[in-house]
Amino acid sequence: MSLKEKLVSSFLAFELDADINSDVHDIRSKSIKEFEKIGFPDKKHEYWKYTPIKKVLNEKLTIFKKKRHLIEFEKVKDFFLGGIESYKIVLIDGMYDPLWSNTTHKGADICILSSVLENEKYSNVISKYFNKIVDDKESFSLLNSSFSKEGAYIHVPKNIELDKPIEIIHINSGGESSLMLQPRNLIILEKGSKAQIVESHYSLIGNNISPYTFPGYIDPLTNTLTEIHVEENANLDYYKIQNDLETTSIIDNTYINQKKNSTASCHTFSFGGNIVRNNLNFFQNGKNINSIMKGITILGSNQHTDHHTLVHHASPNCESYQEYKGIYNDKSTGVFNGKVVVDKIAQKINAFQQNNNLLVGDHSSVNTKPQLEIFADDVKCSHGCTIGQLDKSALFYLKTRGIAEKEAKGLLTYAFANNVLENVKMQVLKTKIKKIIARKIGVNLGFEL
Amino acid sequence: MLKIENLHVSIEDKAILNGLNLEVNPGEVHAIMGPNGSGKSTLSAVIAGNEDYEVTKGNIFYKDENIEDLSAEERAHKGIFMSFQYPVEIPGVTVTNFIKTAINSNLKARGLKEMPANEMLKNIRDKAALLEIDSKFLSRSLNEGFSGGEKKRNEIFQMAMLNPTLAILDETDSGLDIDALRIVANGVNKLRNENNAIIVITHYQRLLDHIIPDYVHVLQDGKIAKSGDKNLALQLEEKGYDWI
Repeated sequence: MSLKEKLVSSFLAFELDADINSDVHDIRSKSIKEFEKIGFPDKKHEYWKYTPIKKVLNEKLTIFKKKRHLIEFEKVKDFFLGGIESYKIVLIDGMYDPLWSNTTHKGADICILSSVLENEKYSNVISKYFNKIVDDKESFSLLNSSFSKEGAYIHVPKNIELDKPIEIIHINSGGESSLMLQPRNLIILEKGSKAQIVESHYSLIGNNISPYTFPGYIDPLTNTLTEIHVEENANLDYYKIQNDLETTSIIDNTYINQKKNSTASCHTFSFGGNIVRNNLNFFQNGKNINSIMKGITILGSNQHTDHHTLVHHASPNCESYQEYKGIYNDKSTGVFNGKVVVDKIAQKINAFQQNNNLLVGDHSSVNTKPQLEIFADDVKCSHGCTIGQLDKSALFYLKTRGIAEKEAKGLLTYAFANNVLENVKMQVLKTKIKKIIARKIGVNLGFEL
Repeated sequence: MLKIENLHVSIEDKAILNGLNLEVNPGEVHAIMGPNGSGKSTLSAVIAGNEDYEVTKGNIFYKDENIEDLSAEERAHKGIFMSFQYPVEIPGVTVTNFIKTAINSNLKARGLKEMPANEMLKNIRDKAALLEIDSKFLSRSLNEGFSGGEKKRNEIFQMAMLNPTLAILDETDSGLDIDALRIVANGVNKLRNENNAIIVITHYQRLLDHIIPDYVHVLQDGKIAKSGDKNLALQLEEKGYDWI
């Protein structure tokens, strides 16, 4: 049986176990039918041309896990931001872990999606927001919708500014082989509200804590989907940390719908994974919207990361800003595809896009492609990309100050990535990311971060 | 301290220096002047260890050691410093973090311990004051968006911090207004002593009104065409290089 057939046949058993909210039930049924029709993409699809996704679609993958794995705090504490208070939603092997989570229903709803889907009280919100902006022709989105049940649910009411950031943490325990996880997040920021969210993916084995691996072990594949509604005047900062094993893979579809005068930013830090695919989609529906997409990718060995961004400018006087940097060591490979669609009505918008890459490894490579579809005539759209090595004159400058070649290269590489972080307002996160970058580059920078 | 013998240098097979000789002793300031394309910047790059230039003949001795095979950082560890005509911009690394890294790299290479944080801070503050550098400036990214004057002051600030035995100032006066020129020259003069030596590379006499050289050399067609004292610079200012 192929993986597609297996997933389709899993659906009935899954639905038996799931809640019976009729709206959600319809969405799941429609999604699995559509998925059955179109199946998985391959390299013939332009959208997937440079990412060999087939290699992670192992037919042994299953959506059903066998048992719950409990994990001690000592083993996961480094996965948290630390140093500040935060709301937390922790999912271990896709299953909610109440022990390490910190949810709330006071002031705002920060909890798990499954409990919301079961609760009649939330049926209006679900009808209004659930699966409203998700691409119904994209295989992995359809698959996630089919099995959508568990993940984070965040609803910030009107004019509320959250007092603490929210952490959504996905942990693979490594205790079970062949899992295909389908986490689903629904995030709603009502008018004038404000939130900061950090979503991260980790595995225990990678930290040499829990060597569960056994012969025939197949690494998990996470197919995650996040749907975000940012209403008028609301302000969202979203951060993704993808710092997983070299063997695990992530497919991340994120859909963000913005209303007038809102600001939303998404930083994606991709520091590891076998195949990591990010489809980040922004829809601007209203005037004076600001959308910010930033990313740092640092890879080694045979890892592969693919950033596909889409900004749909459907209203006038808006801005979008994209800045992605990639550092590719060894034989790692990367993709950046930045699509900007400007509707005829979307006059006086400003869309900026920049992708810079450092190819450190002799066998590393990157494919970068701006894709602009502009139907308005009074707009400012700029894009640029570079692929190169470290600047020799900068290297010489550092060396004349007595900084050894290895450190000088590290310092320049660090500097190359570092300025993407300037908009990160959360200091603990900034420091955490800087430390990961310094560690990934593998040099002592000679100063405290 | 520095002894250059019959130096021939090429870049991409194009000969730039053709048999240059120069001797610099502790406590001396040497000015090297010359028209565009005479090889002034090549000379400073070669002494500092830029590997883009190939020494085809001749020797450079520094403290009686042939430094041909030493890398730029090894030369720095031995006390050679070069102030760049065009300092490189490095966004994402602050002036303070950069200088800390440089100082501790040098100490480490000399087998010494890292400088304690409070000593470093005091040192930075003192040297910044010498160059009339504001403390806000120190937390900016290195050379990014700096004016011409700020870049050059930052170069001399680094010189003050690293305290070299041999400093080469490559066109440090270019792009400076009168005030910045005074500040930079003043900084350099305070760093002069009987144990170090300075090579000032310049087009114009005006810097030499502030940093008074013991010797002036005219570089032409890749070698020293004439040497003299500070009066030679004045004559050049008056008569031009064709006069040589």
